[in-house]
Amino acid sequence: MSEKEQAKIRRIASTKPMNLLMRDYFVELAEASEDPSKKIAWCTSVGPAELLRAFGFHVYFPENHGAMIGSARLAAEVIPRANALGYSPDICSYLTSDVGAFLAGQSPMTKVDDRIKGVPRPDVLVFSTNQCRDVQDWFQWYGRHFGVPVIGVHSYRGIGEVRDVHVKAVAGQIEALVPELERVSGTRFDIDRLRETVALSRRCSDLWKEVLDTAAARPAPLTFFDGTILMGPAVVLRGDRRANEFYEVLLAELRERISKREGAVEGERFRIYWEGMPVWGRLRANATLFIEKAACVVASTYCNSWIFQAFDPRDPFTSMARAYTELFIVRDDTYKEKYIDAMVDFFSVDGIIFHDAKTCPNNSNSRYGMPQRYVENKGIPTLVVNGDLNDMRLVSDEQMTTNIEAFIEQLAERRG
Amino acid sequence: MADLFCGVDAGAATTKVVVADASGGILGSAVSRSGIDFAGTARKDLDEALSGAGRDRASIIRTISTGYGRTNVDFADGAMTEIACHAAAVHFRFPRPVTVVDIGGQDSKVIRIDAGGRRTGFRMNRKCAAGTGAFLEEIALRLDVDLSELDRLAHGATDPVSLGSFCTVFTMTEILGLIRHGRRIEDIAHGVYDSVVKRVLEMDPLEGEVVMTGGVVEHNSMVPELLSARLGRTVAVLERAQLAGAHGAALIAARDRPETDSK
Repeated sequence: MSEKEQAKIRRIASTKPMNLLMRDYFVELAEASEDPSKKIAWCTSVGPAELLRAFGFHVYFPENHGAMIGSARLAAEVIPRANALGYSPDICSYLTSDVGAFLAGQSPMTKVDDRIKGVPRPDVLVFSTNQCRDVQDWFQWYGRHFGVPVIGVHSYRGIGEVRDVHVKAVAGQIEALVPELERVSGTRFDIDRLRETVALSRRCSDLWKEVLDTAAARPAPLTFFDGTILMGPAVVLRGDRRANEFYEVLLAELRERISKREGAVEGERFRIYWEGMPVWGRLRANATLFIEKAACVVASTYCNSWIFQAFDPRDPFTSMARAYTELFIVRDDTYKEKYIDAMVDFFSVDGIIFHDAKTCPNNSNSRYGMPQRYVENKGIPTLVVNGDLNDMRLVSDEQMTTNIEAFIEQLAERRG
Repeated sequence: MADLFCGVDAGAATTKVVVADASGGILGSAVSRSGIDFAGTARKDLDEALSGAGRDRASIIRTISTGYGRTNVDFADGAMTEIACHAAAVHFRFPRPVTVVDIGGQDSKVIRIDAGGRRTGFRMNRKCAAGTGAFLEEIALRLDVDLSELDRLAHGATDPVSLGSFCTVFTMTEILGLIRHGRRIEDIAHGVYDSVVKRVLEMDPLEGEVVMTGGVVEHNSMVPELLSARLGRTVAVLERAQLAGAHGAALIAARDRPETDSK
């Protein structure tokens, strides 16, 4: 039997209730889109979603939609439409594929349920540039198209220590969103509702961290590739009680796997950290490739990005500001290297793979010598793979496969 | 009697087969265009290599395949990446820490190996033909010269050009401009090879002893000469450099064979 035939993705049973939850969420958005009495806010994936929920908005995350377009391998087909409008093929392929899909009248959400006809109509678009400037440009395009306000938070970038001055400035910007959100929603701001959503988000974040931390077990009960799917509720439903209920179920399943020593990768030999974006159009292929080689990608910066330990319902604006500024992507390389060091230790990692995503410089940390510094300073083998999150025209499957296989061979040689 | 080991390098451009004895000595080899039938080409080359060694298929104990078509070689007992195989072949001749530079038909690689032959790191080119054999093939085609002539032409350069483009297509546009300005083809050919070397130097600082492998350096001595000039020290070229992947695969077949593995 070939390695390919042997390689099996061990499905996590909780994926099924998660899919139902995600379906409900998308259907609710579709229904709200048809009901003028309901208000929809679009939000960047690490934007101030808690504030939006506190106003009763249905919250839609275009980046989640971008990932769905990538997973459906629709991106390369629709990106040229955005390029034709002057959005370069070198900028964020979430942006270009999402705008392109909209122009083409296509959405993978329509495959989820017949009631979903496309992306929901926004009443307001709310961004935070803590990830990149592209999200602002992305939202501005839709703002012009729908004729609705685009408001947001301009974050710091590349900071080392998060200081009070940073937090205060961002908290002020989040608070300044309130009057416009009151106007659009027709709802008076209620600090207690915000406290409640922040508390729910904090619980969601804590549960999500516990889920990811289970991969410290040997063998790891889940992989990075599982995580990229299972993180759905932490992204789009944080601040909603249902997300927390789901993660309780998932956590129980993963703990049972640990107690039975049931790994996500049969015969796990190597443990790898993935730094950077997933290659959405190759998720299954990459998951299978690692399984074939008895290698488990146990942890990633990407999945960790929805852990917000600063959330504190007693001080919602300040704690949101801190949580959304503490993020890995906002920080300087010194912080990032220390962060990855801690991950390498906690998850007992043998090597680090850096994904240099052509259209996502902010999530590509291999461009300023970091992989080489790890080898030199820590003796940890690193690999850089060139690819992209969505635009599969930028991915060479053969090169990616050879690189990953050769890296695992290298890890095997090190072990002797 | 089964006492030989086989390595098949099913590369993007050419397939190479080596049959070697247990001590790693090459007894027979074959090279041909890979075409579209990787398995068929590999079988044909295997028979040719065995014929050269005066042996038959029953002599083979174990076969390892490598190269882009490695999983298509249906008679192989296992597959390894070309990075592993080139490292093995170089370590066989250079049993000390070295940096391997392999320029293949479709990609270029830099592999660092330690005194024990273990890889300590490697780099491959990006998704781009620049700096590979495919780049040279394309330029030769556009210049309307036989690929085998390009190296000779480059050695006749008197006033070499410097090409600034990264991309194969735009390099050709740049070359067309140089032709229009009356530059000699010999000087342009030199610039084409220098462009390949520059792409390699972008991949790694190339510290320590450097050994080159692959078909491009076996057939184009201008490449190691220019790399030596740019590094300020002589780089070695592995003997029978084009066979490095296949030889390394045969060495790994011999090294990793299970105790019970016999036919």
